[in-house]
Amino acid sequence: MKNSIAERVGDFLKRYPPFNMLSNKTLLQIATEVTITYLEKGDTIFKKDDTWHNSFYIVRDGAINLYYNNGDTKDIMNIHDTGDLFGLRPLITKEPYKLTATANEESIVYEIPINIFQSVTDNNTKVQKYLITAFASNAFDPYTEEETGKIFVDYLPNTSQDMVNFQTANYTKSPITCSMESSLKEAAKKMSIHKIGCIVVVDDEKKPVGIITNSDIKNKIATGLFPIETPVTNIMSSPVITGKKGLTIADGQLQMIKRSIGHLCITKDGTVNSKLIGVLTHHDVLVNLGNNPTVILKEIKRAKRTKKLREARLKGSALLKSYIEQNIPITHIINVISQINDAVTIRAIELALKKMPTTPPVPFSWLALGSQGREEQLLFTDQDNALVFDDVPEEQYEETQTYFLKLAKLVTKSLNKIGFEYCEADMMASNPEWCKSLTEWKTQFTNWILKPDEKAVLLSSIFFDYNRVYGDKQLVDDLTDTIFTTLEKTTLFYRFLGRDAIKSPTPLGFFKQFLVEQNGEQKELFNIKNRALMPLIDAARLLILSKHIRDVNNTSERFEKLAELEPNNKELYESCSYAFKALSKFKTKQGLLGGNSGKFIDLETLTKEEKLKLRRCFKPIQKIQEILKIRFDLKNFM
Amino acid sequence: MIFKWFNKSKKEYPAFWMDYINSFKNVNKNSIEDTRFVAFDTETTGFDRKKDRILSIGAVSFVGKSIQVNNSLELYLQQEIFNPETVKIHGLMKKGSLEKVTELEAIKIFLDYIKNADLIAHHANFDKTMMNEMLSRNGLGKLKNRFIDTGYLFNKSKHIIYRENLKEHYTLDDLCNELNVPKVDRHTANGDALITAIVFLKILSRLDKRKNLEWDYLLKS
Repeated sequence: MKNSIAERVGDFLKRYPPFNMLSNKTLLQIATEVTITYLEKGDTIFKKDDTWHNSFYIVRDGAINLYYNNGDTKDIMNIHDTGDLFGLRPLITKEPYKLTATANEESIVYEIPINIFQSVTDNNTKVQKYLITAFASNAFDPYTEEETGKIFVDYLPNTSQDMVNFQTANYTKSPITCSMESSLKEAAKKMSIHKIGCIVVVDDEKKPVGIITNSDIKNKIATGLFPIETPVTNIMSSPVITGKKGLTIADGQLQMIKRSIGHLCITKDGTVNSKLIGVLTHHDVLVNLGNNPTVILKEIKRAKRTKKLREARLKGSALLKSYIEQNIPITHIINVISQINDAVTIRAIELALKKMPTTPPVPFSWLALGSQGREEQLLFTDQDNALVFDDVPEEQYEETQTYFLKLAKLVTKSLNKIGFEYCEADMMASNPEWCKSLTEWKTQFTNWILKPDEKAVLLSSIFFDYNRVYGDKQLVDDLTDTIFTTLEKTTLFYRFLGRDAIKSPTPLGFFKQFLVEQNGEQKELFNIKNRALMPLIDAARLLILSKHIRDVNNTSERFEKLAELEPNNKELYESCSYAFKALSKFKTKQGLLGGNSGKFIDLETLTKEEKLKLRRCFKPIQKIQEILKIRFDLKNFM
Repeated sequence: MIFKWFNKSKKEYPAFWMDYINSFKNVNKNSIEDTRFVAFDTETTGFDRKKDRILSIGAVSFVGKSIQVNNSLELYLQQEIFNPETVKIHGLMKKGSLEKVTELEAIKIFLDYIKNADLIAHHANFDKTMMNEMLSRNGLGKLKNRFIDTGYLFNKSKHIIYRENLKEHYTLDDLCNELNVPKVDRHTANGDALITAIVFLKILSRLDKRKNLEWDYLLKS
């Protein structure tokens, strides 16, 4: 009987190895036996130590995380995208799984039954070979070449930093060289053409004999020590320090530190007596290590694919973790992470623009909303964003909006891939409601302000903290002007915001115990976001809007600005700012610990000292709510 | 065997219909995870319940979140009624090369396939009506299964702030776009059935995040 689904499954499989090595008939036999499984984010396919399944898997949509579970820590080994195979171990050996596979986002996977697959591909050595290689590289992807030979060795390092250290260093292949007979001028010209900082001097057999760097030229030529026409052999540092192919990052870095040099020549056998095949620079090492914000930012700016952006953002998370461990001030951490998040968003927009068939018809701006808009997003959270484009004649409106919706859809999709989940309430620029012209936006905000209702207040906490991430500045300034002019016309809106800001009472109960969640999955857990952070965020926004201060979005900075403006309440505002920072850090720590947003805290896990510290942060919340009540006359407005 | 006797006095039903009816006896109330669902779709000659006919039926069944490809159903029906207008949608011609069955055979296979499963369809009322018309043309009773409509369910899954400007009618294509479901194989009956199943699972996961799902919530329409 005809089975259209099997045919479509076959069409999909055909695009990826090893299925592209099979005949259509064989493919259809396999496709007919496939099981299609839908996974929500976080769903597990198999766990470490689970007995082997009768199937292996291919990703149809979404992304699957494979990680190594080591006690409490999770080391992500690989993230598989559409067309990637995983769970291949049972094909090779009937042993329990070594890694855990979970859905990194909403995904669909195809399960391919092993017995069927093997019975139809048994004699196909090409397929067998491909699968063994795929298995070996999946299981040991991040490691050195030496490891690939030993498929069944279970060498797995402990922390992600180790993992990076033992990676093979990515060096510059086919480096720029010059012969021993060249003059320094010729060499310098070559360096300038190729925009590089060093050149290797090689003999007739391409063996490296010396190296010339920018600083050699600065120190030996520019100072007049040698004339510019001098042979390169007079200037070069010799002999060169060499390393062999497959050198690990850790080794490379060690050599450089030991000999205080910035460049390693990679040769065929690792000595000066063989052919030069590459150069490893200090910069290469830093890029590989990636624990440096400048390097991560550079990597983001150069990324050509969403996958690279995701890797860079993951490095950002590793960086965040080490910052928290080292107790680096939270304001600094927030700055760095916000910059990384913004850079990722900008790059995602740039990449999406390249995919569009035409350039944008009119100027536009991409706005980050909510926590990213306030620049206080530390962990991966939902994406909240909006798009504003310049006004167009009415007859062109629909066409223009369609263009930007398409663009926004591309951007939100890749942001989701990178790890920013879609906003559950669909507050994203890909929603026609939040992708509008300047005039439409002005009308929207004016309506919210002049005719406040429950919905307007609900949305204000997100939309009034917007921040331009990409695009035209004038558009956004224009919008902000309108908002502040409108705010002068009314006080009702402030009262609505005020009522909302004090709706969750102070987090401590009558007997000074913590108020925990009463029902649902989070029962007995303390919701730090709703009960502690949101009241501070809401209060800061309301107060700063009522003072007509613009361009201060960050909650702690808002409180600091308020302290400046109202010296008599200075102490309270400062303690609010401090409390906000401390609570954010607390939430981040919890989030890193639990691998989630850190929103819910299990009080049982806290030490006495931590509980006291938390409690101290709650005092200013109570006080600031009192101020709001009086200032905006909320007593009779409940 | 009172049941049999009772029916006999009224009308003699074929055995396959009795098997179908009997499958509803002694049904335990299952949780959503343990329930067998069948997502199905029909391609028809048009939208008139009396005049138009079903040209093909596609169905996939699943328990939990996994759908087995070899356990799907794809039937093409012999029909005398033919409407050239709808050919461009489903591509089914009067005399195509596809293997076709009679209405009665189709009913037999379909009922044996669905048994007492809960049925899911996009704009379920239409498919339900067309199926019931076909059943009555062949001297049988109505479908006994519970129905879930993905169009209706999608409306409910939207966040409260968008409720006021919901569209009345979401096409399956609309849902695919909103929920990022790949639109391969639209307008073949079992391709649409698979898409309907995935749409259902995706909506279910959205709803599940907000509240513990109750049966009433899914079935009401």
